[in-house]
Amino acid sequence: MKLRQGQFSFLPDLTDDDIRTQAQYAIDNGWAVSVEYTDDPHPRNVYWEMWGHPMFDNKDAAAVVFEVNECRKEHGSKYIRVLAFDATHGWESIRMMFIVNRPTEEPGFRVVRQEVEGRNMRYTIESYAAREPEGARY
Amino acid sequence: MKDEVRTETDLKKRYSAGVMKYANMGYWEPDYQPKDTDVLTMFRITPQDGVDAIEAAAAVAGESSTATWTVVWTDRLTACEKYRAKAYRVDPVPNSPGEYFAYIAYDLDLFEPGSISNLTASIIGNVFGFKPLKALRLEDMRFPVAYVKTFQGPATGIVVERERLNAYGRPLLGATVKPKLGLSGRNYGRVVYEALAGGLDFTKDDENINSQPFMHWRDRFLYCMEAVNRASAATGEVKGTYLNVTAGTMEEMYERAEFAKSLGSVIIMIDLVIGYTAIQSMAKWARANDMILHLHRAGHSTYTRQRSHGVSFRVIAKWMRLAGVDHLHAGTVVGKLEGDPATTKGYYDIFREEYNPTALENGIFFDQDWASLNKMMPVASGGIHAGQMHQLLTYLGEDVVLQFGGGTIGHPHGIQAGATANRVALEAMVFARNSGRDIWNEGEDILRDAARTCTPLKQALDTWKGVTFDYASTDAPDFAPTPEVSM
Repeated sequence: MKLRQGQFSFLPDLTDDDIRTQAQYAIDNGWAVSVEYTDDPHPRNVYWEMWGHPMFDNKDAAAVVFEVNECRKEHGSKYIRVLAFDATHGWESIRMMFIVNRPTEEPGFRVVRQEVEGRNMRYTIESYAAREPEGARY
Repeated sequence: MKDEVRTETDLKKRYSAGVMKYANMGYWEPDYQPKDTDVLTMFRITPQDGVDAIEAAAAVAGESSTATWTVVWTDRLTACEKYRAKAYRVDPVPNSPGEYFAYIAYDLDLFEPGSISNLTASIIGNVFGFKPLKALRLEDMRFPVAYVKTFQGPATGIVVERERLNAYGRPLLGATVKPKLGLSGRNYGRVVYEALAGGLDFTKDDENINSQPFMHWRDRFLYCMEAVNRASAATGEVKGTYLNVTAGTMEEMYERAEFAKSLGSVIIMIDLVIGYTAIQSMAKWARANDMILHLHRAGHSTYTRQRSHGVSFRVIAKWMRLAGVDHLHAGTVVGKLEGDPATTKGYYDIFREEYNPTALENGIFFDQDWASLNKMMPVASGGIHAGQMHQLLTYLGEDVVLQFGGGTIGHPHGIQAGATANRVALEAMVFARNSGRDIWNEGEDILRDAARTCTPLKQALDTWKGVTFDYASTDAPDFAPTPEVSM
């Protein structure tokens, strides 16, 4: 299983140069780039851990690549993503999001079905890895 | 155009019984300065032979506000000056003899707050069959901020839709399940699963999929949600399928919407043919229930397509943004359905911008401030495929749902392969654009490069190579684009 979240998860893994180019696109648009990591890749896990604050005043995407690699040193067995925040009125949210690091093994998710009244069903999606405690998942 | 026709100022003459020209009754005011609080309209009028254009414009103003065919003394019991709509400008249409653009202003008090039905009953309720006109088309409207603020607007909006889906920085991908009629619920869900697992964000019921003998609605909802959840687990993404809740009564629509919610669907769908009040009701329901609301514009071409008569789609788009839907089909430019590039750009701007400046070359005749109303996601569907990705991204931008129905399900190696081809083509094109490449000119190279590591994309490109729908548009703008704004 390959986690398909983000803008580029159907492309071959991004190189550091690819990351720099995409981050520079964000910076040139006036967006603040940030790095986040997690070992709980549930599609509705909104809040990955922040690797520092969004880099609001950074003009050079090389600094983003540097932070990605620093993050990899500590969390290289987890998922790492790059985000771009747009503070423009009327948006004030994320403009870009792409995964730049993933575990070597991605066990994926199971669907838990709770059969309720009639033929109704309550669905839950559960990460196989996240059954283990935080820090012991990948 | 101006002429000597003037409102009769001698009140005794003005209100003596009998028939009087509309232009003399006060519906033609060439010196009128529209107020910021007025609702403005622009109609294309084609008067019958021998009918003066200004009198025709005044008649449209009259019949869409206070007038009837004869003078009535009961006008004098009211502040009738205020309630009369005022035609204030009439221009000949460029290159179209016999057609005129008529600008009309309406006082805000003529309209009930927050009701598209009331607005449209006034503006298009009575005038379109008016005998002195050969044809009439409502081209554009301007709503004052005070009136915009009486509407909820899109239940979710583009930004929150993306936050809920956890999908940023690229167009969303969808497909309409085909064949649209005849599949059983179980088989239907199979198509949903394959398309979503292959890489699409959404699948979609078609406009006429409601509850028929071959598939009743509960069955469809149950199988579709099994497919959605399986696909979500297979990819780790949030997935959705537009469950069409269109039904014969509001009670049934609410029942279907509630069931979709209980199964965990992120999105439901309605058809334009349910009517404006029903659309507004469902928009309120969607806001109250954290649901994205997709609107299929079923039936619109009956009145939007012909240039001389009906209602322009840009007006329908404005009404729907006020009414509060999140998704609405708006054309593809390159696909099989009607859509000139400049006109389509005008529609997309109405959906997605906070402020629309007048842009005659895109068919936008008024400045429109949307007063922070949510943005509406345009949906492009009908005869598009992966090989057009560079054109689609250039014309339509990033905040759009690209729907490849045939272009997914018709893939020679199956639905998942079709979906993957589309997703890879999309991601490769966004990646290339962000990297500074000229996707308009290098698009085919970019796709071919991406196909080297993606066999399904190679098969898609080979299958639909050179498929285009290159017909002249029946609804192009009347004003030629200037070089600075042409695309």
